[in-house]
Amino acid sequence: MSRTITYREALREALQEALRDDPRVFLMGEDVGRYGGTYAVSKGLLEEFGPERVRDTPLAELGFVGAGVGAAMGGMRPIVEIMTVNFSLLALDQLVNTAAAMRHMSGGQFSVPLVVRMATGAGRQVAAQHSHSLENWFAHVPGLTVLAPATVDDARGMLGAALADPDPVIIVEHAQLYNASGELPDAFTRDIRAARVRRPGRDVSLITYGGCLPKALEAAQALAASGIEAEVIDLRVLRPLDTATLVASVRRTHRAVVVDEGWRSGSLAAEVVARLMEQAFYDLDAPVARVCAEEVPIPYARHMEEAALPQVPKIVAAVRALWGSRTFGGARP
Amino acid sequence: MNAQADGPASGPVPWDKPFALKLLADLVRIRRMEERCAELYGQQKIRGFLHLYIGEEAVAVGALNALRADDNLVATYREHGHALVRGLPMASIMAEMYGKREGCARGRGGSMHLFDRATRLYGGNAIVGGGLPLAAGLAMADRMQGRRALTACFFGDGAVAEGAFHEAMNLAALWKLPVLFCCENNLYAMGTAIERYQSQTDLCVKASSYGMPATRVDGMDVVAVHEATQAAAELVRDGGGPMFVEYRTYRFRAHSMFDAELYRTKTEVEAWKARGPIHGYTARLKAQGLLTEDEFLAIDAAAQAEVEQAVAFAEAGTWEPVEDLLKDVTTPVGAPAP
Repeated sequence: MSRTITYREALREALQEALRDDPRVFLMGEDVGRYGGTYAVSKGLLEEFGPERVRDTPLAELGFVGAGVGAAMGGMRPIVEIMTVNFSLLALDQLVNTAAAMRHMSGGQFSVPLVVRMATGAGRQVAAQHSHSLENWFAHVPGLTVLAPATVDDARGMLGAALADPDPVIIVEHAQLYNASGELPDAFTRDIRAARVRRPGRDVSLITYGGCLPKALEAAQALAASGIEAEVIDLRVLRPLDTATLVASVRRTHRAVVVDEGWRSGSLAAEVVARLMEQAFYDLDAPVARVCAEEVPIPYARHMEEAALPQVPKIVAAVRALWGSRTFGGARP
Repeated sequence: MNAQADGPASGPVPWDKPFALKLLADLVRIRRMEERCAELYGQQKIRGFLHLYIGEEAVAVGALNALRADDNLVATYREHGHALVRGLPMASIMAEMYGKREGCARGRGGSMHLFDRATRLYGGNAIVGGGLPLAAGLAMADRMQGRRALTACFFGDGAVAEGAFHEAMNLAALWKLPVLFCCENNLYAMGTAIERYQSQTDLCVKASSYGMPATRVDGMDVVAVHEATQAAAELVRDGGGPMFVEYRTYRFRAHSMFDAELYRTKTEVEAWKARGPIHGYTARLKAQGLLTEDEFLAIDAAAQAEVEQAVAFAEAGTWEPVEDLLKDVTTPVGAPAP
């Protein structure tokens, strides 16, 4: 059995479940309480769980993320919401220098069972300081797990698994996904280790995550009309990367395009490409391609913002280019 | 304001002999341990950064002897003394500074990152101001779980210029968290004098602006430190919210071992040394008949013997195998929940 639900509702149900099941869990962040969450994810939770467990904070990312780290070390299971990944830069010190380093630096004595949720991504004309995709900054850091739920299934299932993880977990939620609907199966997955094939295909692997997953799926559909069957892989977990699933896919398809809303230089896409070079080079029939954000602060004007981001036509073009100048007829390339 | 005109702390020591001598022993143990650390640094047994606490010992000794076993301690990178007074074996501290596996953080942290779950020492934090939000969170956890403990958070005057200080002070005051903010004001942020980096050099004014009580105490006087901290701790533990205590103190040695001390005069340092925390306290104890010279020599000899045992332990220690390099980056599957 399954039911239709929005990504936002799936996240809210996951929060509700966590707060009901474990008295150590609490939610803390800017406007999570009375306002109901900037993206209305936590709407209604204050009424159900009270102001101590659904706690509004000052605009002090460094302070309340650090307090989350301390509360986690003190035996609680905090879920800290940062309004967007752009603001998480104000809290990088606590996340990188404290939370991520703690277990190793303390000789294994202290773990930090902290979950930090944040919105990421562009597409709403909110300009350069609210639109960036910086999740790969976290994916760079040993000690952190970074999750990017792209489906209602993962929006529902990943939070519980993140809370059960004894180490810090960052969850990035693409802002364009909150209103998306999908089918939530009763037996939704709670896995936070593996990448997933979202659409099987034999000709090319489209590797992506988060807000680019719907675009990659749409591109795959367009490509199918001209006889190219793309396999779409959702990374789901940005750190640690599930390299085995990527390599297995490329061994089947022999071609790959990585789609990533982050800037190309130093991107997560770059890391994926490097791993394919290391582990699947001799399986490739063409150089791996990337579709990333253009290297510019995301502009406000709609046409410029659209031009800056990965889009379905760009993905389709990148896939076609893998076969060089050969034209595509009705037959398989 | 740097060179205090006052002479050494005076006045009666209001304690019984065992407690009075326990604190004296703590002062001497830190001093002897760190003097040896400086030598070992010269011999390249201790590497990396080494920040000595010499001159400031009365703060850790007076303050930490006012804490209870279930209180949390958050400290800075100048924390050897705090760890020792809190109850970590000197051998474990020394082994950590050697980088040996028998150290309190398996040799991964070194001098700046002493940790100990048993005594609730949450570092050894080497990002200035980084420990303050952490302390607020630990206090939150205690409050939410109904524990009557407090979190003592030590930091230097330099941290007061960090955003983390202000964010943590606001959170702690807003949510009435049981944090004892212990500001060790040694008048310099590394090599920059406080009047050169603070618009408001009265740090209690800053703390008070968050609506929490703030008090200043002579950090060279172990008696004053202990009495002030004891009173503050009771207030915090009784649910009065956070409190700020400024300990006015002075670092006799360089900031770290790479400091040519171009930013202060020898005269200033000598003036502060005249107010040193050990000899003034010793004189008062003797004047009150709580201490004889023989007792002092015995305390000192015991401290030196402890140091030599700690050094021997560190020397005999082992290196963590390189195969363990990635161990504990994350928690192994199946490990007990934190």
